[in-house]
Order: sequence, then structure tokens, then C-alpha cells
Amino acid sequence: MSLQMSREELLHTYKTMRTIREFEERVHTEFATGEIPGFAHLYAGEEASAVGVCLHLDEKDSIASTHRGHGHCIAKGCDPKAMMAEIYGRKTGLCGGKGGSMHIADVAKGMLGANGIVGGGAPLACGAALTAKTLKTGGVAVAFGGDGASNQGTTAESMNLAKVWNLPLIFVLEDNGYAEATASAWSVSGTPVKRAAGYDMPGVQVDGHDVFAVAEAAREAVERARSGGGPSLIHVVFSRYYGHFEGDAMTYREKDEVENLRRTRDCLNLFRERVGEAKLLDAGELDAIDAEIKTLIDEAVAEAKAADMPDPLRDLETDVYVRY
Amino acid sequence: MSKKSFRQAINEAMHQEMERDPNVILMGEDVAGGMGAPGEEDAWGGVLGVTKGLVGTYGRERVLDTPITESAFVGAAAGSAITGLRPIVELMFVDFMGVCFDQIFNQAAKFRYMFGGKAKTPLVVRTMYGAGFRAASQHSQSLYPVFTHIPGLKVAIPSSPYEAKGLLISAIRDDDPVIFFENKMMYDDEGEVPDEAYTIPFGEANLTREGKDVTIVAFGRMVNLANQAADALAKEGISCTVVDPRTTSPLDLDTILECVEDTGRLVVVDEASPRCNMATDIAAQVAQDAFAHLKAPVRMVAPPHTPVPFSPSLEDAYLPTAAKIQEAVRMTMNAAQREVA
Repeated sequence: MSLQMSREELLHTYKTMRTIREFEERVHTEFATGEIPGFAHLYAGEEASAVGVCLHLDEKDSIASTHRGHGHCIAKGCDPKAMMAEIYGRKTGLCGGKGGSMHIADVAKGMLGANGIVGGGAPLACGAALTAKTLKTGGVAVAFGGDGASNQGTTAESMNLAKVWNLPLIFVLEDNGYAEATASAWSVSGTPVKRAAGYDMPGVQVDGHDVFAVAEAAREAVERARSGGGPSLIHVVFSRYYGHFEGDAMTYREKDEVENLRRTRDCLNLFRERVGEAKLLDAGELDAIDAEIKTLIDEAVAEAKAADMPDPLRDLETDVYVRY
Repeated sequence: MSKKSFRQAINEAMHQEMERDPNVILMGEDVAGGMGAPGEEDAWGGVLGVTKGLVGTYGRERVLDTPITESAFVGAAAGSAITGLRPIVELMFVDFMGVCFDQIFNQAAKFRYMFGGKAKTPLVVRTMYGAGFRAASQHSQSLYPVFTHIPGLKVAIPSSPYEAKGLLISAIRDDDPVIFFENKMMYDDEGEVPDEAYTIPFGEANLTREGKDVTIVAFGRMVNLANQAADALAKEGISCTVVDPRTTSPLDLDTILECVEDTGRLVVVDEASPRCNMATDIAAQVAQDAFAHLKAPVRMVAPPHTPVPFSPSLEDAYLPTAAKIQEAVRMTMNAAQREVA
């Protein structure tokens, strides 16, 4: 696998992956203090997927995301500070505190929402792709979904519809090994690539710890979609570092599973090794990014904690309708 | 102005709005029909011919036949609505909500709120409802109360060809998701309908009869039965107001309350199953806000709590009729009089 990225793309890729990691590690720590309401599903360990795919997208492109959506949001350009405020339920949040972790969205940036319903996003991505096709914007859409979503009828229906309508759409099936506490090795019959073939759709499996592998597969799929070649599927295989939700003791996993992954298959470490060996970026540059991102996330948390809650009198009943 | 059927009125509304706004698209099962098949191009125009002729004018790019895959295409309509199109999606029978409801009530209905007011979802779901067609339990339900229950959705139920055209044009121009209920028994009903485009605002009830003794609130096809009942009762000397709310969400409660204050008696006619339907909703709201004006208990006319039966003898007994409405009105007239404010 060649490292086919410009220096600018390499820096962007690393910085975005680092932002997601730092964001999620902080949500993990802060969640334990009890200050974050509700529940959160963390993307740590999966950064290469969101970043490798979204590297090829711009603001005319749309993505539909999942309950594990923070990484997709950051990769699609959502403001991490506004996201953090949203997770804290603050008025300054990206959705004014009305969505929370599972519904962060920024439609203006083509981020059509994290989604509390497993499999809920794929039909919406079909719609975004239909808009791009009908209005001839040149845009594409990406349906992120997990191994759990791959077994929902909505995913199967959307794959068929995308092919029948020849939509500019990429299905990114993020297989982190577990749908909640159930292994995808057990719950997914056949393979996603074979399922894609069943719809006469190109499909590839990639190592999700390797951002270059993801980016390469995504480049091909996005180019195909943009040029009218229809939908594709990318089966991204990797793992998550945290539980299904925060507070999940992960008793269904092997004791040292995550520790081993962090040591041997971490996407950020692998990136550093690869660009170091190829002498494309030096460690000092990357360390500087790490420090910059740590400051950003420190500020995000501090600003979120200091921000006002929505006002029950003013905000509870607004934003239900455009006009009622 | 000319005589048009309910079907023609709906078709004309879509024609005029698709002509007016290139972002309006139409999708659904066989909305043209014949896609990929060897016969005619616009083979069906929908299962009951409501969308006939649209594909010929606007082409396959804006009139999209779909596979039988309601979750995917209703969801695609929602996704296209938040990204710039104004889709009309035909859900052939509202009973099929069972295979696509998530995309309506968890997705489309909630985008605006969940996203902090930064999304709009100009989606119209046109769907057939209602019993009397001998279509049995899975093709006959009146499920509008289910949609009315969901914040973020609007629900329109036209009671005539005139209402159908004006309400559908309003629905298509509306920036919120609207579920548009078409009673399948009414497609051949005729009435005067203006040729030009016009809108009927949501949340503004229409009084089809005005009287002083009893208020009858009815929805969709039941409005016609309520009118028949009111006309028959007038001959007995009982004078009725008939309120067609036109939309159940938003609901023009103010007009209903005013009419109840004037008449002191209320009958609500609802084709939906009797528990948690529009009749129970309106009865409860009137009890809360106009109790002092009620001279008699509120009566509700609705089907029994059963699935819609198939056999004509059972289905005819299932549905509300003008006679049942008249009987309910007489009961409110004969109830022990309360002293009222």
C-alpha cells in the first residue's frame, strides 16, 4: 500500500484522527465524573475510518452517521467545541442542547446527524445522494453503519435502492467486532463484501487500523460515485477501545484484548510509524499537533462546563416546527 | 372552477406544484408504473391512478418508481428533504407504516428539534386510509391519530375535492413534514374545484353547517356523513354545527371550543379505532377547557375496537354512518340537562 497523500492531506489526516481520539478520551474521563447527562458511545480506536473516508468529501457531500457518531462529525468538519457543549447539554451546543451525543448534526456541513436508531441512517443517505443526483451538484453521500446495522432491513433495502437508482453513495460498514455485546463473527452471516456482490455492487474489505488503506478504498469508491458509477461498499474491520456505551464493563471481551490492540494496532501509532519510515513528516511536527489538540479539547471541556443550560421557558417548545 | 373528482384534484395539485417548483419530486411504488417492464410507460399512475400523467410531463428523474421497499424510499424522501428537495412520497396504504415508521417518526419528525432548529424537512407523505373498500384488516385502517401523536409531524385529512387540492398544495409548500391522508372511498367523489392553484391554511377549521343545538366534529370522509346527519336532523328541528378541522396537527381547538360554547353539546365522529383517537383527544380537551359550557356528556361515534373486517356485512356494521351520528346527536339532546354557566 502506497502512502498516496499530499503533505497537506497527511497533516490533515493525523490532526483529525488526533482530534477524535483526544475528544473521545476526554469524554470517557469526564463521563466518569457524572457531569455528562445521558449516554455516550465512543469512537476511539476507529478514527481511521471516518477520517480516511471523509478525506475525499467536501461540503456538498453528505454523510449519515450512527450512535457512535462523534468521529464522523469531527471528520466531516463539525466544530469540536460546539460538539462538546452539545454533549454537555448546553445552549451553546451544536444543536442547542436538544440533540445530545446521539443526535449531533450540522446539516450545513453535510453532516446529517448521528443516529439513535441502528440502521436508521442508510435510507437518509440514499435521500442525500438522490438530491445530489437530481440537482446535479456533483455531490456524493456516505452511509456509515456498523456490523449491527448491516443486519437491519434498512441497510439491505438501501443497498438495493441505491443500486436500482444508481445513486452516488458509499456504504461504509464499520465492523468493530461487536454489536453491543454480541460478536459480529456470530451475528453477521456471510460477509458484507459478498452481500454487496449480491446487489451487483463493488465491495472491498479493508484494515480499519490503517488509514491509508481506508483512504485508498474510499478514494476509489468516491470517484466511482462522482462519475456516475453508482454505489459501493467498504467493509472496514477494526475494533473499539471502549464499551458499547460508557459504563459498559465489556465482560464479553478478552481481558487484554483492548490493551493488545492499543499496543499493536493503534491507527495513530501506525500512522506515525509509516510516515516516519517514509520520512514524510517528522515526529516533532506530530507532537506539536498533539499539543495543539490537547489544548483545543481542554478549552472545549472548560467552555462547555461554563456555558449556560438551555432555558426551559424559552427553549423547551421551540424548533419543533418551522411554523405551526 | 369546474367539477373534478377527488382523484383529479389531488393530481392537479401535484401537477401545478411540480410545474411551479423544480425541486418538487414524486416517488413511490408504481407512481408511474411500468419501469423496466415491456408495456406502457405510465402504466398505472399509482395503484388507484392518482399520479397518472405526471411522468409524461416531468420525466423519470422527478417521478420515481421505487421497488417495494418502504423503509428505504420513505427514508430517502426524508434525506432528500433535508438536503434541498421537496419530495412527495406515496405510501400506498397507510397500513404499510408498519414497515417504514422509523423513518417517519424517529427521523423526519425529529430532525428539526434534535438539530436545534437548523434543519427543515419539506416532506409530504401521501397515503390512503379508510374502510369500506372490502380491503380487510391490513389495507383499511385510519391511522391518523398515530401520526398526530408525534411532535414534528403535521397531519391533513381532506374531506372533499376542493379541500384536497388546497390542503395538498399547502402541504407541498410547507417546510415541515406533512402526512396527507386520502380516503380511498372518496377518489371518485366530485365537487367544484378551482382550476388555478390555491392553498388552504393548516390549523383553520371549516364549518360546513352552522346551528345552535349540537356541535359535530368530524374528519375526512366522516365530514360528509356528519353533513348528511345534520341535514336529516334539521328536519326534526335539531340544528347542528359541523366542524371539519381539516388538519389534526395542528388542530384548531379554538374553533371547536367556540362552537361548543355556543351549542353546549358535542359529538365527535372519528373513523379511527376508538381508543386514543381524535374523538377521545377532543373530548378530553373540551372537558378541560369548556366543561362549564357542556349541557350534556360528549358523545363519540367511532368503530368498535376491532381490526377492520372483510365480509361486507361486518364491514358495513363496523363503520360510522349518518344514522349512528344522528342517534348520538339525539342522545346529547335527550341527556339530563345540566345547569351551565
